[in-house]
Amino acid sequence: MIHPIPPGTRDVLPDEMRELRRLRLALAEAFEKRGYGEVATPAIEYDEVLARGDGRTAGSAYRFFDESGDLLALRSDMTLPIARLVASRYANVEPPLRFSYLAKAFRAVRPQRGQMREFEQVGVELIGAPAPAGTVEVIEVLEAALDVAGLDRAVIGLGDADLYRQLLAELGVEGEARDSILARLATHDLVGLEAELSLQEGISDEQVATCLALSQLRGGNEVLEQARAIGGAAVERATARIGETYEALEAKGAAGRVQIDLGLLRDLGYYSGAILEVYDPALGHVLGGGGRYDGLLKRFGLDLPAAGFALYLERVHIAQADGDSGRAEA
Amino acid sequence: MSVEVAGTGRAKADGPLKLAVPRGALLEGTLDVLDAVGIDTAAPRGGSRALIFPGEEITLVTMRPSDVPIYVEAGAADVGITGKDVLLEQSDRVVYELLDLGYGRCRMVLAGRKGDERLGEAERRLGMMRIATKYPRVAERHFEANGHQVEVIEVKGSVELAPLIGLADGIVDLVATGRTLEDNDLEVREEIVECTARFVANRVAHKLRAREVDELTAKLREAVAR
Repeated sequence: MIHPIPPGTRDVLPDEMRELRRLRLALAEAFEKRGYGEVATPAIEYDEVLARGDGRTAGSAYRFFDESGDLLALRSDMTLPIARLVASRYANVEPPLRFSYLAKAFRAVRPQRGQMREFEQVGVELIGAPAPAGTVEVIEVLEAALDVAGLDRAVIGLGDADLYRQLLAELGVEGEARDSILARLATHDLVGLEAELSLQEGISDEQVATCLALSQLRGGNEVLEQARAIGGAAVERATARIGETYEALEAKGAAGRVQIDLGLLRDLGYYSGAILEVYDPALGHVLGGGGRYDGLLKRFGLDLPAAGFALYLERVHIAQADGDSGRAEA
Repeated sequence: MSVEVAGTGRAKADGPLKLAVPRGALLEGTLDVLDAVGIDTAAPRGGSRALIFPGEEITLVTMRPSDVPIYVEAGAADVGITGKDVLLEQSDRVVYELLDLGYGRCRMVLAGRKGDERLGEAERRLGMMRIATKYPRVAERHFEANGHQVEVIEVKGSVELAPLIGLADGIVDLVATGRTLEDNDLEVREEIVECTARFVANRVAHKLRAREVDELTAKLREAVAR
């Protein structure tokens, strides 16, 4: 008899499990070696605690009442549970704090899209280390993780979450118009972005063109110069922040696989400053992402800067297998 | 930490860039624009039944316009061309919309039978209109935004049939010349949005093959501006 399982979940059989176990072990060791001790937190938490992080997008898709009538939620990532853990249990410990995790998380799926409802994330959180040194450290740990997974073709996109917020403030765009423009930037709808910007009073055609050009700048150090040539205080500040991080990475010989990307904008509400995305030629989707979220811990009552990243373990595994077969062919 | 938890479709970032080309009404305009940017379109014009046309720098992959976002989102095609109507209907697909190509211009409209008061009356009396369409999500969003209560009925074939034999009070559909509406005694009641062909890119290809994607975008922009 065939008994169904919910869409977006799956069984893992021994062959794959063996490979996944090796991958998990290698990643956990790489994190541990850099001082990131592994933590585990419950898959279910109080909904109101997780909702502190960001009610809009990171909110849990699966909520239910327990026997005493409390509203519980399945976590949708590990950043919020670790923020909760740090605020409750490490409030009096001298920072910086370093944690890693390999954990299941849960998200809503849209039907027939091949999306996973239950998936495994691996990543780290660095709490109490401000930019740029903290960001640089997180990127180095990310590179180490990609190295132990054997993903030598993977690229890390480095952008700045505050660039467009500040740029739009500079241009005097506020409220709904601002949110709508940021949404178009996040989805990279350039046609809609141009139309939306052109609707704004007090924004010249030249400034519209500037915004569009800025969102297409991605590459090495030269991108920062191109952006500075475009000008403006917001661009100046953002490029300075990215430049600081990038130069520190260069000095350590760790900038080789970092792509500066001024079009990068993630739609999670809690990001501030540096944002990261990871790509591999084996996959049309991102391998993972991260960045800084300096305001997040404050929502849990502890005012500390923070940064981290998360990779989708299953996707890392696919990219790894693809890289292996590529090498075998060569 | 990222919000998209889509599948694990494979795509290769080596070899020629794969461009998804829409068959049907947009095909002619698309091939003309590709000619203008120096891509050889003799093979797809040749009436061949083949679906893939390999080239030196760009491989053309032909498909239904409504499939383009699926292939591009998964990275099976690096870039593609399709109608804004398709992108609006599949707005949850993660593709980068890089350029309005300007051709294939048509209007998404609400239409009903000529002189038929039902679109107005049905709503007044029952508080509910029945609308047949191939674009259920665009229709739902439009009526919701305007505070109309509608029952959207998705059909696959000739939508014009629905109001003629009583399946629906009206239709939401694409209109280019208006001839099909005219031939079936239907008329436009409301314009919803204007649609043209758009150039889209896979998100990872946009990063990992930045130079190629940017060059093609620039050439296309120049070609359609002429």
